[in-house]
Amino acid sequence: MATRQTQSLAKIMRAPAIILLLIWMIVPLGMTLYYSFLNYNLLNPTQTSWAGWFNYQYFYTDPAFWDSIWNTLILVLGVLCITVVGGILIALLIDKPIFGQGIVRILVISPFFVMPPVAALIWKNMIMHPSYGVFADVAQFLGMAPVDWFAQYPLFSIILIVAWQWLPFATLILLTALQSLDGEQMEAAEMDGASALSRFIYLTLPHMSRAITVVILIQTIFLLSIYAEILVTTNGGPGNASTNLTYLIYRAARLNFDIGGAAAGGIIAVVLANIVAIFLMRAVGKNLD
Amino acid sequence: MARAVSTQTKIGWTIAAWVVALLIFFPILYTVITSFKTEQEAIAGFDLIPSFTLQSYGEVQTQNDYIRPFTNSVIIAVGSTILALIVAIPAAWAMAFAPTKQTKNILMWMLSTKMMPAVAVLVPIYLIFLNTGLMDTRIGLVIILMLMNLPIVVWMLYTYFREIPGEILEAARMDGATLGQEIVHVLTPMAVPGIASTLLLNIILAWNEAFWTIQLTTTNAAPLSAFIASFSSPQGLFWAKLSAASTMAIAPILIMGWFSQKQLVRGLTFGAVK
Amino acid sequence: MGAITLQNVRKSFGDVEVIPGVDLEINEGEFVVFVGPSGCGKSTLLRLIAGLEDVTSGRILIDGQDVTDAGPAKRGLAMVFQSYALYPHMSVRKNIAFPLKMAKMPEAEQKARVDRAAKILNLDSYLDRRPGQLSGGQRQRVAIGRAIVREPAAFLFDEPLSNLDAALRVNMRVEISDLHNKLKTTMIYVTHDQVEAMTMADKIVVLRAGRIEQVGSPLDLYNSPANRFVGGFIGSPNMNFIEGEAARRMGAHSIGVRPEHWRMSTTEGAFPGTVGVAEHLGSDTLLHVELDSGENVIARAEGEFPVHHGDKIWLTPQDGRVYKFREDGLAA
Ligand SMILES: Nc1ncnc2c1ncn2[C@@H]1O[C@H](COP(=O)(O)OP(=O)(O)O)[C@@H](O)[C@H]1O
Ligand SMILES: [Mg+2]
Repeated sequence: MATRQTQSLAKIMRAPAIILLLIWMIVPLGMTLYYSFLNYNLLNPTQTSWAGWFNYQYFYTDPAFWDSIWNTLILVLGVLCITVVGGILIALLIDKPIFGQGIVRILVISPFFVMPPVAALIWKNMIMHPSYGVFADVAQFLGMAPVDWFAQYPLFSIILIVAWQWLPFATLILLTALQSLDGEQMEAAEMDGASALSRFIYLTLPHMSRAITVVILIQTIFLLSIYAEILVTTNGGPGNASTNLTYLIYRAARLNFDIGGAAAGGIIAVVLANIVAIFLMRAVGKNLD
Repeated sequence: MARAVSTQTKIGWTIAAWVVALLIFFPILYTVITSFKTEQEAIAGFDLIPSFTLQSYGEVQTQNDYIRPFTNSVIIAVGSTILALIVAIPAAWAMAFAPTKQTKNILMWMLSTKMMPAVAVLVPIYLIFLNTGLMDTRIGLVIILMLMNLPIVVWMLYTYFREIPGEILEAARMDGATLGQEIVHVLTPMAVPGIASTLLLNIILAWNEAFWTIQLTTTNAAPLSAFIASFSSPQGLFWAKLSAASTMAIAPILIMGWFSQKQLVRGLTFGAVK
Repeated sequence: MGAITLQNVRKSFGDVEVIPGVDLEINEGEFVVFVGPSGCGKSTLLRLIAGLEDVTSGRILIDGQDVTDAGPAKRGLAMVFQSYALYPHMSVRKNIAFPLKMAKMPEAEQKARVDRAAKILNLDSYLDRRPGQLSGGQRQRVAIGRAIVREPAAFLFDEPLSNLDAALRVNMRVEISDLHNKLKTTMIYVTHDQVEAMTMADKIVVLRAGRIEQVGSPLDLYNSPANRFVGGFIGSPNMNFIEGEAARRMGAHSIGVRPEHWRMSTTEGAFPGTVGVAEHLGSDTLLHVELDSGENVIARAEGEFPVHHGDKIWLTPQDGRVYKFREDGLAA
């Protein structure tokens, strides 16, 4: 398509976006890579020196690093499980013939639009606070002792908050996929005597598999970077109990002023994210042709 | 699949769906309710009926100068989105209507920049901001959020533009339209819905961004996300006031979000699910 | 106005050569049809003439002027697309007026021209609707209306009827022919349907794999196909080809006989065979015959010919109606 004239015009119109993103990608990442090989602390910037692999070694041998990797993993997997399973169930429910479907949809989707610090503060203070939260009220009503969620189950509490934020996303996407399911195919299967369960397993699930993949991959990208929720609730504690990799790097850079160490952690985070990204790009790329 | 369902079944499903929906919505609802309580009521135990006082809203303004972070949020979210659109519209036009062999690769590469974890470039961006005086400025955040969302903007526009048949643009060319006229009279009117939903979704994303806003601002340029995060310190903890601030921070975006839920799916899945 | 000349026009997409070299002369006022199987490069050739694609080499002249490097707007041609390509956000009136608006014509003149076109095309009562509210045939008419208001040097049509249902297609075919009779403007019409080509064209250009196989009037092509491909492509049902001993006896590699050129007999003739499917249409009779020599052929008789499945039949080509082809496919 298109003539030479259009093509050369197109080149000019593409250029700004490409150049901007190229700079955005190369410059900071290059700097991170460079810093990761330096002994560089903002409290003592004159003492900067070449560190070789020291920062990486330091990270690798630091127990906090392994804690944070482990926490990151649990956080991501926990939220994924809740949102995917919950999302499928809620999508199936909303897709049923119900009164007020539009309003139900709006209610379910709403948490997604709540900014992370607000979501975390609402849950921390209004819902899960050991003395004034709704959970405490419920516990009291049932005659049980209230739980200090963020002290006793810090990671679980954060998973709960993040899952609440992302459940709408999963539900909405799975619902979209569900609604594009061919009704005649369902009816044919029903005529063939397939039970509701086997229709779900053999028709609905395979039809939604692509959407489920997309939900998992996109959420993973975002879940690897959970930050504000931790900052306003547990600050990563107690100890390192709720510190994920993002938070660990933030702490190294902003609280310990350890530029070299934070940079090395950043590079590790890039590697982790890329592993996920490769899968995501494949899934999305197929849709391009 | 229009099929008659007995009213009883329908009522059953309706009740189940509404219970689930209200449970999910409850934290938001309860926050809004609490924002209309006095501080004493707010900590007095579970109660869904507030005294409908606006006291907390007033206090958020007088004690914390709420207007400033709100203004910052508007400027940063709208500014970064419009800037991104200005860069992205020509790029998306070029890739949708004058594709080359490279186009697909370029798009995938743009997407890959979105997957770079923000924390990986925290160190250099932080240092650059310190050294250039961009720290705690709105323009600094506008630039960062524009770059962050540029790939999504290009992608969304691209998927919308691709649905416009190329033959219509060619017809305009045959009818004597110049490229400018083609874009103004034919492409843009046809793409308005797509551009509008791109705008909407990206304002939402920028409004809710809470990593860079917290890292790169202190007070002057802090938007709502950073402002609210500062409420986590124990001395700032007043339930009704927190609720009022939260309600004001999420209300505008919640309403925009309700209008853009369809486009949300497309935008956030890069067109992989429609 | 409206003579178009292609001089050694070639077009490649990357490494793929789609048009390996075309020379063609289109006279003013002619109705020319490009016909050929799908993917043979008809649309590409038309788009090269339109200026929507660049030629890889060669020259295109319109009325003697070299327009090879001119953009589509500069060539003074109008195109009707297969998808109609109407502007969905504009009313029918605005759609038709769009080229006039681009040419900065005064409003009053625009209105007059749109009204005239609408009258010709029976669109008067739809002028304020959007394209989305029209039927396929009406959209087609709007697309034609948008083309005629400009009074172009030539009209280009790319399979304009292929999205219409069969009955409507016949109507529109007649309307377009009518339009050509009224306007007497050059028209280049692309189709893969040889019936459209035969019924509409002054001149048919048969294309295969980007090459011109033959140029001529419909009857020229029917009566004296230049090669086996043209013979098989023009005419419906298709020409029957017979190879082997029977062809050799006539001094050819293969011979072709059109279904309507068989004499049929139940007693004697040149090619004995057995009736397979017999289609009795009243107006004529179509017989699918398996010859004793193994070939399957189709024969058509005017009116009723009373044979049925399994009957023995003898077919004989009418005098002077046997087309002979050499081994390379060219007419012998
Ligand atoms: N923009 C293009 N890029 C690459 N190949 C193309 C392009 N347009 C057409 N072709 C190829 O050129 C050949 C002729 O296409 P076309 O002119 O559309 O055929 P027709 O209209 O006769 O069906 C086809 O094989 C097609 O795949
Ligand atoms: Mg074609």
